[in-house]
Amino acid sequence: MNAAVSALRGQFPLLAAAPGLHYLDSAATAQIHRAALDAVIRHETTRRANVMRGTYALAEAADQAFDQARQSAARFLNAGSADEIVFTSGATAALNLVAHAFGSTLKAGDRVLISVAEHHSNFVPWQMLRERTGIELALIPVAADGVLDLARLAELMRSRCRLVAVTQCSNVTGAWTDVAAIVAAARQAGARVLLDGAQAVQHGPQDVRALGVDFYAFSGHKCFGPGGIGVLWGRAELLAQMPPFLGGGGMIGEVTFDNTTWAAPPQRFEAGTPPIAQAIGLAAALDWMMTLDWPQIHAREQRLGELLIEGLQRIPQLRLLGPAAAASRAPIVAFDIEGLHPHDICQVLDSNGLALRGGHHCAQPLLAALGVDACTRASIALYNDAADIEALLDGLVEVRRMLT
Amino acid sequence: MNDASALYQDAIKQMAQAAHGHGQLESADGEARLDNPLCGDRVRIQVALDSGRISAIAHQTKGCLLCRAAASLLGARAVGHNAAAIEAVADGLDAMLKGAAPGPAAWPELAMFVPARAYASRHRCVLLPFRALQAALGKVGAGATANATENHGEIKGAR
Repeated sequence: MNAAVSALRGQFPLLAAAPGLHYLDSAATAQIHRAALDAVIRHETTRRANVMRGTYALAEAADQAFDQARQSAARFLNAGSADEIVFTSGATAALNLVAHAFGSTLKAGDRVLISVAEHHSNFVPWQMLRERTGIELALIPVAADGVLDLARLAELMRSRCRLVAVTQCSNVTGAWTDVAAIVAAARQAGARVLLDGAQAVQHGPQDVRALGVDFYAFSGHKCFGPGGIGVLWGRAELLAQMPPFLGGGGMIGEVTFDNTTWAAPPQRFEAGTPPIAQAIGLAAALDWMMTLDWPQIHAREQRLGELLIEGLQRIPQLRLLGPAAAASRAPIVAFDIEGLHPHDICQVLDSNGLALRGGHHCAQPLLAALGVDACTRASIALYNDAADIEALLDGLVEVRRMLT
Repeated sequence: MNDASALYQDAIKQMAQAAHGHGQLESADGEARLDNPLCGDRVRIQVALDSGRISAIAHQTKGCLLCRAAASLLGARAVGHNAAAIEAVADGLDAMLKGAAPGPAAWPELAMFVPARAYASRHRCVLLPFRALQAALGKVGAGATANATENHGEIKGAR
């Protein structure tokens, strides 16, 4: 094993305890880094108290740690202010928050533009908004390789387009979205841009100001942090204009029988006790990520992607989904083998120590556009190396032997 | 990590390959489509009845080997049974998969699915055709196709 990867693997408790495991499902959930786990345990055992409610020392310590977590998330995204960071339970909750809060400012006939390549979590909330308010929902199509086809973008934005909500990187094909082109077109049309960064964040810190988007959503469990935590970043002026999504404690200014006023963002969007320890664990993961040499990691991830794609291309009756060039995609590689079902493929691979996901990957519209009902997906993260790829390619030989 | 070779034995592969009952009936008394929302597997099943017993069955199954083997087994064995008998077999299969029972004695072929006990996530693959058949039988006389996911969730306007 590559020494750098070996050192990285040792920092992930599950991988350190399972040296024979070839974990290739980080697009679903990345493994948790020891720093994140330690931060959660440290918080729960030394600072556990509710936040923004108590005046005793323990509560003050919890408040401070929670505030620092928000600042870490802001640094990770290069946000202008920590007040632009809203903690949620995950990317799905963050996307639903925008669909409800920003969505409530839209009128019947206003257009929201999404893409065929969206995960269901950035698809279904907009269908639900359409049902509630009569917005018009339109789709950016995909090309045969799953990349967003932006040829008709200006035309799609012509009709009262208020928001473009798209993935930064497909969870099926790994295809990167041309965010700059979408942002430029949206600015022309006066539309806002929401970027679903769920798949992008495990491949390095982001810069929301350079991206030029208006909202950015991601999950902690996909960037080496705990589950049950996510982030919505929104431009301060937009968050300030949005009504709350959920009502409850912590999000109010004053409550009387006749009227309730709202707290300022981000608290306005964090009703109830937030996921405190999870936010602190996420911050530890993000702080660790910000210390890494990302150009080197990207180069290694891309080499592994190329190795996998080259190996898969040699397998008969196997169709690769997504862009042919590894440079055009995150190291997420989905494929379909004629006559073999992804569930069966993944079951046999599991018996060879390989963890991969098979199914529709919560992206049924994309799979329909690609002409498959289900597919098998290998997703590569910073702790994978060539041995994982070789094991997968060997495992696929065993798959065919066992299933046919 | 489990050894999958016990699961993918010849009996299951051959039963799936045979695809007994695959196709469509010209005239059905009841039909249903059941999806597994987790993986997108889909079973569409049609039945014709004579005096309350299945006289013909046809299915169109898109799914894994386990799902296709279970659908094929129904295609081979369901004729002659009434709704109560199918329910008893389906529930017996469910109990067998959960490890609580040896399996329905009248359908010894179901023993081929015993290795699936070790894989809880695959139980629904085996059960999907049986639950689809039960739904189709429940629709007899209703004059409509049941379209449902396993959790019967449906979003208006969803694709």
